[in-house]
Amino acid sequence: MHPLFAIICGTPAPAGATATAAIPGLTLAAGAGAGAYAELLRALAPEAALVIGALLVLGFDLFAGKRATRGSRASMAVCIGIAALAGAAWLTACAGPSGFALQRALDIDKLAVGARLGAYALTALTLLLLPGSSRQRHPAEYTAIILFATTGFSLMAAANNLLLGFLSIELASLSLYILTGFDKTRPDSAEAGLKYFLFGGTAAAFMLFGFSLLYGLAGAIDLTSLGFMLRDNFSPLIPVALVLVLVGFGFKVAAVPFHLWAPDAYQGAPASAAALVASASKLAGFAFFLRLLWPGLHRLAGDATALPLAAGWMPVVAVLSLGSLFVGNLGALAQTNVRRLLAYSAIAHAGVMLLGIIAAGEAGVGPLFYYAATYGLATVGAFGVVSLIERDAPCQNLADLAGLWRRSPLLALTLFVFVLSLAGVPPLAGFFGKFAVFAAVLKLNGLGGPAGWLALLAIAFSAVALYYYLAILKQALVASPPKDAKRLPLPALPALSLALCAALLLFLGVFPSLILSRF
Amino acid sequence: MPLLPWTIYLTFAGALLAYLAGRQSPGAARAVALATALAGWGVALAAAAGFTPAAALVDLVNCPWIPQLGIRYHLAADGISMTLVVLTGLAATAGILFSWNIDERAGEFFALYLALIGGVYGVFLSADVFLFFVFYEIAIVPKYFLIAKWGSTNREYGAMKLVLYSFAGSALVLAGVLWAHAAAAAGGSGAGAGVTTFSLAELARAAAHFTPAQQAGMFALVFTGFAVLAGLFPFHTWAPTGHVAAPTGASMLLAGVVMKLGAYGCLRVGIGLFPAGLEFFQPVLVALALTGIVYAGLVALVQEDLKFVIGYSSVSHMGFVMLGLAVASPRAVSGAVLQMFSHGVIAGLLFAVVGRMIYERTHTRQLAALRALPLFRLLPFAAVAFVLAGLASMGMPGFSGFPAELAILVGAWRYSPLVTLAAVVGVLVAAAFTLRAVQLSFFGNTGAADGKEWKRHPAACQTSRFAQNEKRRDAASTLDTAPTSDAAASAAAPPLPPITWPEKAGALLLLAATLFAGLRPGFLFHWINTALESPLFQAALKGGAL
Repeated sequence: MHPLFAIICGTPAPAGATATAAIPGLTLAAGAGAGAYAELLRALAPEAALVIGALLVLGFDLFAGKRATRGSRASMAVCIGIAALAGAAWLTACAGPSGFALQRALDIDKLAVGARLGAYALTALTLLLLPGSSRQRHPAEYTAIILFATTGFSLMAAANNLLLGFLSIELASLSLYILTGFDKTRPDSAEAGLKYFLFGGTAAAFMLFGFSLLYGLAGAIDLTSLGFMLRDNFSPLIPVALVLVLVGFGFKVAAVPFHLWAPDAYQGAPASAAALVASASKLAGFAFFLRLLWPGLHRLAGDATALPLAAGWMPVVAVLSLGSLFVGNLGALAQTNVRRLLAYSAIAHAGVMLLGIIAAGEAGVGPLFYYAATYGLATVGAFGVVSLIERDAPCQNLADLAGLWRRSPLLALTLFVFVLSLAGVPPLAGFFGKFAVFAAVLKLNGLGGPAGWLALLAIAFSAVALYYYLAILKQALVASPPKDAKRLPLPALPALSLALCAALLLFLGVFPSLILSRF
Repeated sequence: MPLLPWTIYLTFAGALLAYLAGRQSPGAARAVALATALAGWGVALAAAAGFTPAAALVDLVNCPWIPQLGIRYHLAADGISMTLVVLTGLAATAGILFSWNIDERAGEFFALYLALIGGVYGVFLSADVFLFFVFYEIAIVPKYFLIAKWGSTNREYGAMKLVLYSFAGSALVLAGVLWAHAAAAAGGSGAGAGVTTFSLAELARAAAHFTPAQQAGMFALVFTGFAVLAGLFPFHTWAPTGHVAAPTGASMLLAGVVMKLGAYGCLRVGIGLFPAGLEFFQPVLVALALTGIVYAGLVALVQEDLKFVIGYSSVSHMGFVMLGLAVASPRAVSGAVLQMFSHGVIAGLLFAVVGRMIYERTHTRQLAALRALPLFRLLPFAAVAFVLAGLASMGMPGFSGFPAELAILVGAWRYSPLVTLAAVVGVLVAAAFTLRAVQLSFFGNTGAADGKEWKRHPAACQTSRFAQNEKRRDAASTLDTAPTSDAAASAAAPPLPPITWPEKAGALLLLAATLFAGLRPGFLFHWINTALESPLFQAALKGGAL
């Protein structure tokens, strides 16, 4: 058992928590004095910084942006947004892992700090892609909504309470629905937004029902007490609650069979919105569900590492992983649309990350966090390249990438790094992420059970995956450019973002200990 | 010796420089690439000069890298790795000399080329399985681009097939290695405390306590994975198509060093870590290796495309390497390592002659079409080089192939005389297909006869039409008379562009190397045999003394 969980799970819940059985977040306002507000401010300072940043973006644009051109409005919005993210990151880093806050509604542990910083960084890299885009008509609103979504990610990363968790997921999701449908000039975008919204709304309803069942069974909503209260409970409602919760989880991380929204959303959404959905949102989602499943519901984990399987959520997660690996990898083989290909690759990656969830009980959150963070970097980069190409010409089909090496060597070089990192080629970070997750899974019980076999399957699929990743690179690096191809202009800030992503992937791939040693 | 890691660093730095230089001019990229390859080779030779063979891996660098998983940045060398590092430097240099005519996107070509070489150096020097695997995969991906962009016949298919085979093989290796790591961490049966490690030496110690079933499973995964790249019989099909599709420099590297990566991995990781697994699968492996030798030889015998002949001969010769490894007596294994060196040099030379000297000038590799040309007169240097390389490839005494194959055959005799006899059939077939290729390509038309006889052969007519089509597609044809015209068939054919100095230099280098290893086999055998006495191999090699 990893010390992180040992601390959380080993501590018996104090008597007060069970006796009051109240909703901590709600009692706070009624019975709290100034001290509680100070604690609130301290714990939520990063989120406060983000919200203030979002309001500033809107305010500046309202007053100063009237006479400015669209380009300078975008630059201003992005600058304020980056400043807010930097402020939030600074506040998070300074406070460090400070433990429970607000009657255990928040658990600011290493995972929370890491996931918050990771989400801020990924959001900042996404924001940097915006300037210079001619398609973006309302840059300030777009930036503000991205910041609201990041507030949601940030809360998800630290939420240790069912209600807060649900609210933060909804805050993030609602923002992402809007971002997905933001491009009003394309019907695709509206369609994507609507699909994403309908799927997401349904999944949220399932998840909320699951949460309410858990609350009813345990009489507590903070995850620490939840684990304690459910330890001897064999109610038949528990499997129902688990499955309902996992529906929401599967949707959030785009695991099969709750993946159907992903290809459409990735295809229709503005590239930067798709990048956010695939990177920061996923990282935060994994952080929250890691906390929910391991410290919260670890007694209901069951066992998927050996036969016969023990009932619990772990076998269900294993099945989701199996499905995601199959559908993601095989589905991607058939794609001719680069965004849909990236979506199926995201599904396949979710399959591996689900394996990381299974292994997190023993190996800790390090491998999974590393995987999710570096996967996010590569995805932001890949969508960033797509968004930059899109400024001149549509970038949907693989053939639209043809001759990228001539149209823009820098884009081609960075795309090379991103795609190979997704494919898991060393020395890029994607390789070590896979390696660490597989090593953690195989350490559970070798090849003695379904989890080990899944790891073997995932390793085998990495060879299949190389085929479709090379299909992207073949167009970008080998094929000749179309006759009328022009050189792509490359604005400074987006180029900086791509260069940072690529450099980080290489650097973290060579020195993975920089992240692993933090957990 | 302590400088040896610089082969890796210099080569990767050179790759970056070549890319940047290529943005100025192709010539600059070429110069940087040649300088880098020479520097790497120079470092390797300097290290070899000061090398005293020891019965163990000598540490070059050993420091913690990823302590969470027990991974160390551990480079070490023994006589085997030394031999192959020298071979890599040689093959890299010769390959660049034979890529001198690459003009299109030269910077990228040489950058990818050097990245591949850097990975190969790294593999041969790694003493940590994780590090080994990282370098191994670094060497795979550049191949795709080298072939898909700069290759010839059916290049995209050949490139994708080669890379998918390699990557599938490396996935098997990864699974086996991770399994061994997990089993070592779990402690095995009665091994005491588990160790979290990827170090070759520590894993070997831990693996001694694995159950036979575990060892057999891990061996099967790791050995099969590496054998794919070594071209072992049922997994060899990537090799001919890949070699044929690749540009000359890349096919020289593929045959010269990349296939050796697979064989080296089989020896160092597969056999070194899981000797019990080798024992279990030995009959199967010997049978597969023999099948590969004879089958690939027979296929080479009927090829119409000269490059396919060389491609299949590569598979056949690598079969000898695999046979030596599978038999696992010290003599056979040392023969196998020498055969790796020997084949690296000879196959490189053969591909250079066929791909660069002949194909780039005549724009055909069809034997029937080449037969029509008095090539022996047009390209005397190429003819001499090809004949010498062919002799070496047949295992003529004096060249490196002879002592290598002899050691393997003698080693196999102890395993079973029948195996040796079957392998000797392979040697005969090799002589047959080599002679056929030499005869048809260079001496089919000596210019003395009227040169029209070949036209009566139906296959020749077909293939010459093919050659014509190919020529039509190739706007930059230098041979303006089609093979069907009488002029081309006669001695009065227009002279082909002369052999350039880089080609001559590269060919002479490779010839010198095969002669050196053939005339002084004891020099390399001493390195290899001393390395095989290391405790790492003692469990596997119990076929008695040398």
